[in-house]
Amino acid sequence: MIVAEAKNLTEIGKTIAPYGRILVLGCGTCVTVCGAGGEREVALLHDALRLMDMKAGNGKHVFLECTLKRQCDPEFLDVLEEKAANVDAVLSLGCGIGVQAVAERLPDLPVLPGVNTSFLGMAKEWGVWDERCAACGDCRLDETAGICPITRCTKGILNGPCAGTKNGRCEVSKEMDCAWVLIYQRLENMRQLETMRRYYPPRNFRAIPRPKRVLSKINAAGGGHE
Amino acid sequence: MSVSLFDEKLNSDAFLITTEIGPPKGTDTSEILHDIDMLKDKVDAINVTDHQSSVMRYPSIGGCLLVKERGGEPVLQMTCRDRNRLALQAELLFAYSRGVCNVLCLTGDSVDVGDHKEAKPVFDLDSVQLLRMARLLEGGTDMGGNELKGVPKFCLGSTVHPEADFVEPQLVKFDKKVAAGSQFFQTQGVFDPATLRRFMQYASQFNVKILAGIIVMASARMAKYMNDNVPGIIVPQAVIDELATAEKGKGLQKGIEIAARFIRSVKEENLAHGVHVMAVGNERIVPDILEAAEVSGIHA
Ligand code: SF4
Ligand code: SF4
Repeated sequence: MIVAEAKNLTEIGKTIAPYGRILVLGCGTCVTVCGAGGEREVALLHDALRLMDMKAGNGKHVFLECTLKRQCDPEFLDVLEEKAANVDAVLSLGCGIGVQAVAERLPDLPVLPGVNTSFLGMAKEWGVWDERCAACGDCRLDETAGICPITRCTKGILNGPCAGTKNGRCEVSKEMDCAWVLIYQRLENMRQLETMRRYYPPRNFRAIPRPKRVLSKINAAGGGHE
Repeated sequence: MSVSLFDEKLNSDAFLITTEIGPPKGTDTSEILHDIDMLKDKVDAINVTDHQSSVMRYPSIGGCLLVKERGGEPVLQMTCRDRNRLALQAELLFAYSRGVCNVLCLTGDSVDVGDHKEAKPVFDLDSVQLLRMARLLEGGTDMGGNELKGVPKFCLGSTVHPEADFVEPQLVKFDKKVAAGSQFFQTQGVFDPATLRRFMQYASQFNVKILAGIIVMASARMAKYMNDNVPGIIVPQAVIDELATAEKGKGLQKGIEIAARFIRSVKEENLAHGVHVMAVGNERIVPDILEAAEVSGIHA
C-alpha cells in the first residue's frame, strides 16, 4: 500500500489561505489504513482548520468534507461534480496520485495536497509502517530471498553488503537492519547462498516511457500472464 | 605488461606500502602538496580519497594529478556515490589519458554520514559493477556497447573487511570483486593478527595482493569515537586500553607505537603482502610510523 503522512497545519493553512470555500477530500483506501487521510482524519483536520480560523479571528473559510472510496479511480470520482460544485479549492488528503486524479477530473479548480506521500510499504506492527518497495519495474526478489535491497539498503546496491555494516545494522543508523545481512541469513537458512554469489548486473533505469502505463490483460484472450 | 609502477610492484615479491591523503576543502593545495612531497619517496603509492566520509572536497582525480606532477605514484579512489555510469566511465578515460592508471573501486559511504546530507545518492553502479565496467572499457567498448577510440588500461583494486563482525557476507563480496578483476585489496582497518591470518588463508586461493589496512589512533577517545561513528570500524578493547595507558599528550605517540608494531608483525609473520596506512588527518606522522616499523616502500 501507499504510505503517507499528514502535512502540518501551518503549511496547510498557507496553501489554503487564498481560497474561501474548501472541500476537504479524504480517500478510503491506503491513506485510511495508514491514518493519514481517511474519513477520521478529514473530520479531525476539518475541526483543526476551523479552530485555526477562529484563533486568527477572521473566520474567512468555509469547509466542506467528503471521503471517496478511492481517489485514484475514475469510477469513484463522479460524485465530485456535485460535491465540488460550489467550492474555490479542494484540499485532498489522498496520496499524490489521488490529488492528480482529482485535478484531472476538475479542470478549473485548484486541488491542493494535504499529505506527504512517503513510500510503498507495509504495516510492521500497530501504527508502524515500513518501506518495502521502490516500484523499480524489474522485481528481483526471487534472487534476494524476498528482501528488497533496492529499498532496504540505503545505497540500493546489488552485489552484497558494503563494509559499513556493524552488528547487523546499516552504517547510517543503529536502528536500521542491514538489508544484505538479512538477505545473507535468509538465503543461508534456505540453503540458497549460491544465489548471492551470482553477479548482479547494473539496473535498468531507463526513464522512457515515462510516465509509465500498464494495460490490463484480464479481458484479453487467455488473460493474465503469458 | 604493467600499466604502472605500482602494478609492476604488485607482480613482484616486495612488501608493499601505501598510504592515503585527503584533498583540501577549498582551493588551497599547499598542505596536500606538502604531504605529497613528504610521502612520495617513502611509500609505493598514495591513494587520494574521493570525498571521504561523504564530505565534499577537491576531487580525487585532481589530487592524483598533483601526486603525478610531484613525481609520486597515485591511486585514484573512485566511489559510486556521486556519479552515474556516464560520469564514471568518462572519468576513467580521463584518468588513463593523464597517466593515472591505478584505481581503487569503491561503493562509497552513504551520503547520510557526510556534510551534504540532502544530496541525491547516486549508486547507479556498485563496487563490483564498477570493477567490471573498468575491465569492459579495457576491452574497447563502453557500457552502452559502443566502440571506444583509444582504449585505457588499468591496475584495479578494491577493499575488503576481514574484521567485520559478520564476515561471511563480506567474503562473498570479496569473491565477486576478485572475479570482476580486482588485482589488489587494501583492507579496512585491522587490529587482530589472528583474524588477518585467517583471512589470508582464505584469500590465498586467489592470485591477488592483500595490503593490510592500518589505522593510526591518536587517543583512546578517538578509538571509541570511531567505534561508535565510523562505518564498519571495530577497534578492539585491548587497543583502546593500551592507548589509555599513554601519558597526557602522548596519545599519538602510543598510536604510532601500536601501528608500527602491527606493521612489523604483518611483515615478519607474512600476514599480508603489504600495508596500507591510514593516518586519518595525521598524514604527517606516516614517515614516523614507517621508521618505527623499520619498513620502507620504493623498492628498486
Ligand atoms: S526489486 Fe524491490 S523495488 Fe523492485 S519491484 Fe521488487 S520489491 Fe519493488
Ligand atoms: S550497511 Fe547494509 S544496508 Fe546499509 S548501505 Fe551498507 S549494505 Fe546497504
